[in-house]
This record gives sequence, C-alpha cells and structure tokens, in this order.
Amino acid sequence: MPMLEAQGLCKSYGSRAVVADLSLSVAAGEIVGLLGPNGAGKSTTVAMLCGLVGADRGRVFVGDGASRIALTENTPDAKRRIGVVPQELSIYENLGAAANLELFGALYGLAGTLLRERVDAALTLVGLADRAKDKPSTFSGGMKRRLNIAAALVHDPDVLIFDEPTVGVDPQSRNAIFDNLESLRERGKALLYTTHYMEEAERLCDRVVIMDHGRVVASDRLQGLYKRLPVVETLEIEVDGTVDLAALAREPGIARPAQDGTRLTAGVADLGRTAPALLSWLAAHGHTVHRISSGRADLEDVFLSLTGRQLRD
Amino acid sequence: MNFIALRALVRKDLILYFSNRRALIMSIVAPIVIAAFFGSLFGGGDDGKPSRIPIAVVDRDASPLSHAIAASVQADPAFEVKLLDEPTAIAQAREGKVRAAIVLPAGFGDAAPRALIGGGAKPQIAVHFDPSQATVMPLVRGLLTQHVMKAVGDSLGTGGGAAFSLPFTLHAEASTAAAKVPYNGYAHSFAGMGVQFILFMGIEVGVGVLLARRMGLWKRLRAAPLSRGLLLGSHIVSGAITALILLAIIYAAAIAFFNVRIDGSVAGFVGIAVAFALLTSSFGLLIAAIGKTPEATRGLAIFATLVMVMLGGAWVPSFIFPPWLQTASLVVPTRWAVDGLDAMTWRGLGFSAAIAPIAALLAFSALFAAIAIWRFDWEEPRG
Repeated sequence: MPMLEAQGLCKSYGSRAVVADLSLSVAAGEIVGLLGPNGAGKSTTVAMLCGLVGADRGRVFVGDGASRIALTENTPDAKRRIGVVPQELSIYENLGAAANLELFGALYGLAGTLLRERVDAALTLVGLADRAKDKPSTFSGGMKRRLNIAAALVHDPDVLIFDEPTVGVDPQSRNAIFDNLESLRERGKALLYTTHYMEEAERLCDRVVIMDHGRVVASDRLQGLYKRLPVVETLEIEVDGTVDLAALAREPGIARPAQDGTRLTAGVADLGRTAPALLSWLAAHGHTVHRISSGRADLEDVFLSLTGRQLRD
Repeated sequence: MNFIALRALVRKDLILYFSNRRALIMSIVAPIVIAAFFGSLFGGGDDGKPSRIPIAVVDRDASPLSHAIAASVQADPAFEVKLLDEPTAIAQAREGKVRAAIVLPAGFGDAAPRALIGGGAKPQIAVHFDPSQATVMPLVRGLLTQHVMKAVGDSLGTGGGAAFSLPFTLHAEASTAAAKVPYNGYAHSFAGMGVQFILFMGIEVGVGVLLARRMGLWKRLRAAPLSRGLLLGSHIVSGAITALILLAIIYAAAIAFFNVRIDGSVAGFVGIAVAFALLTSSFGLLIAAIGKTPEATRGLAIFATLVMVMLGGAWVPSFIFPPWLQTASLVVPTRWAVDGLDAMTWRGLGFSAAIAPIAALLAFSALFAAIAIWRFDWEEPRG
C-alpha cells in the first residue's frame, strides 16, 4: 500500500504545462528517486506533493489503509504526516540546533516533554546530539545539511520528501546523510528523493521515477530500467581527430556514439566482440587511440536512452 | 488558531531580533543619540531659553544718542552684540558669523529727534543680514525699533522716555503641560527619532520575510500545517512587540536622562504606542508583499520611510511647515504618531487628544495589512 500517492497531477503556468498527468507512489519502507534534468518539473511536483502549490488537476493522498487522506481536501492533517527537506538550507543560523528543531516541532503542534523527546531523537539520528545548543552558524556545511534533515523529522512524519538534499555536500557528509536516509527507510518511512546525481539514486533508491518535460517517462526498479537499455556496457576511448559518428553508428553492435573533444563514448551490447571491431574501425579511418576503458551502463545511460539528452542538460 | 505555533514563531522572531547587536544599536542607540542632538538644537530641556542671536552694531555717528542705542541693544538678552567697524560687520554677516549687521549712520543723533517731532528728513539705519537666517529679521527689526524709540524719547527729555515707551507690558509663557513647566525640546525629538528608527526596524521585518523566501525557510514554514493568516499574523505580532519594546526603551532613556515626561494621559500614550507598533509591523508586511529582492526592497523602503518621517514632522515640528503641507501631511501616518506622542508628553493633553491619532494609526495599519495580504505572492518559484 502506498504511503504517498499522486494521481494524474497537472500544473500549468499560463500556457506552459510544467507537470502533465504525473502519477507516482511511495510505499512505507521504500525510497523512490525522482530524477530529471533542470526544468523537468521536479520542483513543481515536490511543491504539489507538499501542499505548497495547488494542482490544476489530480490528487495527492497521504497514508495507507484507513488512515489514507487527500492532501487537497484535508490539507493540515495531511501536512502533519509529511516532512519536507528543501534543497536550500532552511534553518535559522542564529538559533541553536535544538532551538531550531523546537520551533519546527511547535509548528506541528508539539510541545512540552514530547517536543523535547522528538528533538533529542532527531538530533541523535543525524549525529548532532552533542551540538544541540550550538548555533548552525558554527557548523560545517555537512552538519547544516544534517540539521536541515532533522528539522523535517522532528514531528515524526510518515512521508519524507527530500529535494536534492546533498547539493554542495562533501563526500563524507554525503555518506552520513545516506546512512540517515537508510535508517529512516528501516524505520518504515516512505521517502521520495529528488536528485540529478545518478550515483545517489543508484545507491539509495528502491525504485526510480524519471521525469522529462513535466511527464513521467519511466518508473521502475533499477534492474527493470537497465533491462530497457539496448546496451549493457559503455566504451570510453581517447582518440585523435573528429570521428564520423553517423558512420560509426551504422556499425553492428554500436549504439549512441558521441564525441566530446578527444573523448569518444559508445554503448556496446557485447564488449568482447564489439570492442576489437571498433578499434579496427577507428584505425581504418585514420584515428589514433590513446586510451580505452569500459563500464556498465548506468542511470545516465537509461536517461539518455529514454529522453535523448543528458540528465544534467 | 494554533497558539503553540504562533507563540513559537513570535518567540523565534524576538530571539533573532534581540540577539542581533547591530540591529539593536541601530534601533536603540542611534535614535537616542540623534534625538539628543536634535533636542538640544530645539530648546533642550533645561530652562527653555532660546539661544541669543549674534548681531553686529556699527556706530558711525558716535553721538550720545547712537551710544545709548548701542548700549540698549547690548543689554537686550535676545542679542549677543559685537561693536565693529562697518567693513568687518558686513563681512561677518556675509560669512554667517552674525545674523545681522546694524549700521547707525553719521548724523543720526541730530536727525532722528528732528524727524520724530518736526517732520525732518528721516535718517536711514542699514541692516545687512545673513540670507540663510532671514527668519530672524522680523525679530531684529522689532527689537531694534523698540530700542531706538526708547533712546530717542530719552534724548528729548520726555519724562524718561515714558511718552514713547510701549503702551503695554508682555508676559510670555510657554503653553506646555502646566504652568511653570518649561518646554522640553527633547520630548519632540525623541518622538520623531523613535518613530523613524522603529520604522526602520519594521523594514527589517519585511526584508526578513523576503530573505526567508529566498533561503527556503518560507518553503519549510509553508509546508507546516499553518494558515496563511497565522504565518503573516505572527510577523505582525512579533513586529509590534519588538516596536513596543524599542519605544519603551527609547522613552525610558528620554525620561531618565533628558527629563522628558508623559505629562498628558498615560493611557493615551500607551494607546498611541500600541497603535504605532501595529503600524510598524503592518508596514513591514507591506514591504514584504510588494518587494522583490531584499536588497532593492531595503533601499526603497528606507527612502519611503525617510520621506514619511520628514513629512510627519519627525525631524522638525510640523507647525513650521507651510499651511498646505500641514494639511497634506495628515495623510502620512507618521504625522499622527509624532503629533500623538507630542500631545501625550510635553503638551500634556488628555486621553481625548489621543483618540484621533490612535484611530488614524489603526486605520493605516489595517490598510497596510489588507494590501499586504492582497498583494502577497504565495506561489512558490516555478520550475
């Protein structure tokens, strides 16, 4: 049963459709990645799921079974069950860490002992219990990001929506945040995670929803998405000169060749058979190969295959 | 109404504001220092005596009559007199060192009495004045006339000058809160500077909302189960409380160190303070509603505030404005705040005199708040 479900969401600004007929769901104990390039409609989708922007059409439901309620019809109760981690650092730099969480907990009606317990629990989860009284202005960027997450947890919501929470975070802090998210999944929370970092989605997400131009172009488990690819490996070759990509694409077993300076990439279905043929083809066409490497196809390739453009375009 | 959330939001705003040293200095120290300066210029708070007018007297006649006139002018407490030669006196008037240079011409001692009783030719006293201080000319002219008439009368031996003395005596008393209570120039300047700098604080309320929107804090606040009224209302409440605290501190300093007194209705003073505090916070919300970026909004809002306080009589009392401006400035809310605070302090008026300012300030507050709610952009950034 989904804990968060969007059905046929549409949103337009003027004549421009930003989100069109978008449906997705997130179950308890699941992390769903929402991927798409800038301008794909992710932020508007998140804003509709949080109740910040009204949908022109479609509905959002929160909760499962008997506790399922519609966001549009019971907004305050639905909002109490959602925690939002905005992309920006949305904490007060000159309030102590615990004071920040006490404020955000109070916005959800928490007070007294319960509030203090929730604040302690949230700070402990993100590893900031020993800095409870310190102001975020004295924190590192990663610590601020963790406090930013804790602020969304303090009212113990069923659903957590993360809008690119690791932007500008160092690798160590990023790993700490991933640990936090996995811990929340183990506690049965439903997590929707927007990002354009492929490796994050591959590490964290149970399922991935790929958006482009306001529409869902794919929604599946990672293995299901990989199966859609015409290739399973990618070759990366450092080569002299400009390669005739159209001619190369006609060669058997070669998919989506692309060149960026001296870097030539191409998808191959059978690495052992195609790689030698490709090297021969390059030599025959007067190109000198300096280096060659291969790797498995990833979500970036999935996105490219589905939309014809790079995720970070 | 979610009172837990409202209390938390208001508490947060107060903590953030009062832990900001720069903001506190701007809101408390600056108005006190500037009000003290302006107050000392406009009469201060000691004996209410105006400062003496520096003038020069040139006696080209050197007759007993001209000596008597010069002596009489020197004895006048309204003047600070220098006896100079003519070129020096005119130069000092041009340089602004004296407000006026009075030149008694040669032959004045002979001609003046004849002109008075026999219709002879009238000698001419030249007055060279500093045009930037032209407002003192009527005073110089009037007092000079008085001294000349007395000296000429004395010179004619008409019973000690009695025939030409003024046919009345004058008792002048400042119309302040009560008899024998002198005017305190600090009372007005503290009202004016308090209003100005508290409005500056109101600007920070509005700019704070704009900053919260830019930083994503607004998104988090809006994601919480709070009504729009509560979100905006919390800023009105916290802004008003902050304004009240600042006004109380500023007036406490005025009372403690500058002898300002609330000689009128204390209830009226409190009512005006509360109404002005609400005006300040609704003004802040209005700024948040119509502003785009914090930086541009702050500059424009400061300019608008300075215009308002200037027209409201915060810098110089509105009674020296030309009549049309005195009427026109009634549409400026700061005019009601300053006049109201003046009425409750040095003018010593009763509660009835506070009703109109309170009503006007509350009406402006409601208008600002209504426009703010109407114009406030609740939509999130599009993308």
